[in-house]
Amino acid sequence: MTGKPIVQFQNVKKSFDELEVLKGFDLDIMPGEKVSIIGPSGSGKTTIIRMLMTLEKPTDGEIIVDGQNLWHMESNGKWVEANEKHLSKIRGNIGMVFQHFNLFPHMTILRNCTEAPVHVLGLNKKEAEQRAKQMLAKVGLAEKEKNYPFQLSGGQKQRVAIARALVMQPKVMLFDEVTSALDPELVGEVLRVIKDLAEQGDMTMILITHEMDFAMEISDRVVFFADGYLTEEGPPEELFNNPKSDRLKSFLQRFSKV
Amino acid sequence: MDVFNWSYAAEVFPTIFRAMFVTLGITLAAFAAALVFGLVLTLLRRVKFKPVAYLVHGFIEFVRGTPVLVQLFFVYFAWPMVPVIGFKMTAVTAGIVTLGVHYSTYLSEIYRSGIESVDQGQWEASRALNFSKTKTWTKIVLPQAIPPIIPMLGNYLIVLFKETPLLMAISVNEMLMTAKNLGSQVFSFVEVYTIVGLLFLLLSYPSSLLVGYLEKRMNNRYAQKAKKVKKEDVIV
Repeated sequence: MTGKPIVQFQNVKKSFDELEVLKGFDLDIMPGEKVSIIGPSGSGKTTIIRMLMTLEKPTDGEIIVDGQNLWHMESNGKWVEANEKHLSKIRGNIGMVFQHFNLFPHMTILRNCTEAPVHVLGLNKKEAEQRAKQMLAKVGLAEKEKNYPFQLSGGQKQRVAIARALVMQPKVMLFDEVTSALDPELVGEVLRVIKDLAEQGDMTMILITHEMDFAMEISDRVVFFADGYLTEEGPPEELFNNPKSDRLKSFLQRFSKV
Repeated sequence: MDVFNWSYAAEVFPTIFRAMFVTLGITLAAFAAALVFGLVLTLLRRVKFKPVAYLVHGFIEFVRGTPVLVQLFFVYFAWPMVPVIGFKMTAVTAGIVTLGVHYSTYLSEIYRSGIESVDQGQWEASRALNFSKTKTWTKIVLPQAIPPIIPMLGNYLIVLFKETPLLMAISVNEMLMTAKNLGSQVFSFVEVYTIVGLLFLLLSYPSSLLVGYLEKRMNNRYAQKAKKVKKEDVIV
């Protein structure tokens, strides 16, 4: 993990109307790095990756993806707001898995995974299906390809959502509290898939999570956000075993003992 | 003399029956226009450039707030007199255009409700997968928005069908006009208007049953699809 960062946040701020949820933070993420973002709810964690996925626009600051500015571009020698074409070009590097899966209910599991490769990447149907089947096998759901989302459990749906994102071969994968909407007994199967992915790949991963043990296990680095600030960051062992800020100490305490 | 003369009824029936196809043709043409134009209105209302959205909204309110009959007279009699943009249409064309535009404003509301019922997450997933705006609409949003509203669209088709006698005001030879002309030849109206009423009922009642069936089917459409897939499996 050397060289240039693949994702850079530079003094990024975000407000919703009057409420400033992110009050300016810097964060560099290196290629292949697995970064978990933790913090109390309402601390703007999800907003961070939503801005990277171009689902929210930062109020201020710059986001750089693979050396290219995401929200601004040069046009006729002037620095202007990015247009849809520019956003789309950079967005192709990034994949995202959502808390509520967001599978397409009107399509089979296989179609869920081939629709974007066919209509976005321009693969032919056969290539797309080949890729999709490979990914579905990877998440252990090859035999479900002809089913519809409503026939699957939450854990299965989330694994399909992961496969669907992977088929696009992104450089950076974003996971937005992907186990929060699941029944407790289904959390494990989803985390295992993500862990496999983390172990075998040079894929960059950014995870928003409330699963502290999991974050500890798979992350190269953990970042703690509170009250709109990046409060503390470091290797997981250090952050979890030896928190410096009071804010993080009290946050971790609430997790350790029920 | 009988109130209802059966032999006279049998004599005029074929003429009225033929006029039914005029009514049907106008209904289908107007509804097709309303389906397309209604969707266009719905999409235009969502345009980011606000003046367009306001203009379209104003147009919809205007059309819905004025009677079809007035619009019909305007399009057929007044529009040709409007300088520069006005032109003359045949009565049938004017009827199709007026009914089509009028109903497009109702259908536009239905499309809107269908589109709004699509979960926000579907838009976000489409964006995350880098679908273009057009593909997001055609592959993800509309295929989810339209099936649930098909029964409601069907209801409007039936209402539109029953409104076609209005076109007799601009002398379109649909069923009612034909019946009236036949009746006034012999000053006997019971037979002709009864036939017209029965023909309307004959078409609209089964249609409303069909709409009811569609409604049930649409409510569990994914289960239906899944069943179909299972059957294909068995064959393979």
